[in-house]
Amino acid sequence: MADINDKAVMELAMKAGNVLLANGAEIFRVEETMERICRYYGIMSEREFVLTNGIFMTAGSEKEGFFARVQRVPVRGSRLDKIEAVNQLSREIESGMYTPEEAIEEVKRIKEMPPKSAGSQIFASGASCAAFSILFGGNLNDCVAAFFVGLVLYVYVLFVFDPHLSKIVGNILGGTLATVLCIFLYSAGVGEHMNFMIIGSIIPLVPGVSFTNAIREIAEENYISGAVRLLDAILVFLCIAIGVGAGISIMENITKGIIL
Amino acid sequence: MILQLIAAMVGTIGFALLFGVPRKYYIVGGLIGAAGWGIYCSTVNTCGATIATLLATIVVMFLSRVASVCKKCPVTIFMISGIIPLVPGGGVYWTSYYLVMNQLSLAFETGYKAIKCAVAIVIGIVIVFELPQSLFFALTGNKSVKKKKISD
Repeated sequence: MADINDKAVMELAMKAGNVLLANGAEIFRVEETMERICRYYGIMSEREFVLTNGIFMTAGSEKEGFFARVQRVPVRGSRLDKIEAVNQLSREIESGMYTPEEAIEEVKRIKEMPPKSAGSQIFASGASCAAFSILFGGNLNDCVAAFFVGLVLYVYVLFVFDPHLSKIVGNILGGTLATVLCIFLYSAGVGEHMNFMIIGSIIPLVPGVSFTNAIREIAEENYISGAVRLLDAILVFLCIAIGVGAGISIMENITKGIIL
Repeated sequence: MILQLIAAMVGTIGFALLFGVPRKYYIVGGLIGAAGWGIYCSTVNTCGATIATLLATIVVMFLSRVASVCKKCPVTIFMISGIIPLVPGGGVYWTSYYLVMNQLSLAFETGYKAIKCAVAIVIGIVIVFELPQSLFFALTGNKSVKKKKISD
């Protein structure tokens, strides 16, 4: 493996780590994947330090070239398919299927993997809202109402929240939107239990990935990363609650407390 | 009960899609979500919401780890959508509802319950992640046990 380009290998490790981290992988998975890639191509001096929102990586010794790179990775959404793809890629690299340059191309391809179509995401959101309104105690009428609110909510998430709004404002408005819509539907006679409809409809905003990963990071004693993710999750929870509260009080004022 | 389990499965799969889980894992993920919710439903009346959440989390995490070893993919794929039905979304709602309605003692009570459930989830996750990976290789009959830490 004398003709392996060290720079390309480390570039590859950095890019793979970046894709993993940006899409909600755990710290230990990022560190391990980067390390495995470097070790497989024979770079022994590579060291990395990964936080939830950044990767620091250096390499260099008497025998190997020097390399240092710092990259900031914003805390963003979660695309588990990309994590799975990089995981698969690192297995394939270890079984010797790629040169570093080919693997970099592959990582670029994974990075650009298209998301599920907007239509199917919106439908999935509706279906989850419907399902969760049943889980939390609603009946079939509530489920139908929650389905429609879920559809509208995700249209908002995809076309307003994601491209234009910050996390705080976006989640507050999302909670408000879901609540107001549910109360409208309820007063129009669709659905029988307003509360279960609202609970079902706010579920797509709940920060499941941040919350679960935060716990795992803290359990692994990655306190800084765990705290960042936990703060992220708590912030989103709070914002949803504020949004719901705002929605309820708006509607209460409009209807003068008749409905609630 | 059957309706509840189907709803849990649909909800879990819907979430799997929103998180971009590859299609081939939908069914397994959905079954794990339904299993967790089944445990929750069948224990919530006898042991209360906190213990029921704990037990359900343990089941979800355990099954997720088994599935991730079987399918050779990151455990995150199964656990995140499976955990979602247990996350106290209802608690968040009731707390803010009572706050807005100026029923502070009820708001405090529901908020406290939601936090207890969140802590139960934390403990459940931590317990299952303490189990060694080799146990899961043994359970699934997977021979490729490696010496170093395994990334599944």
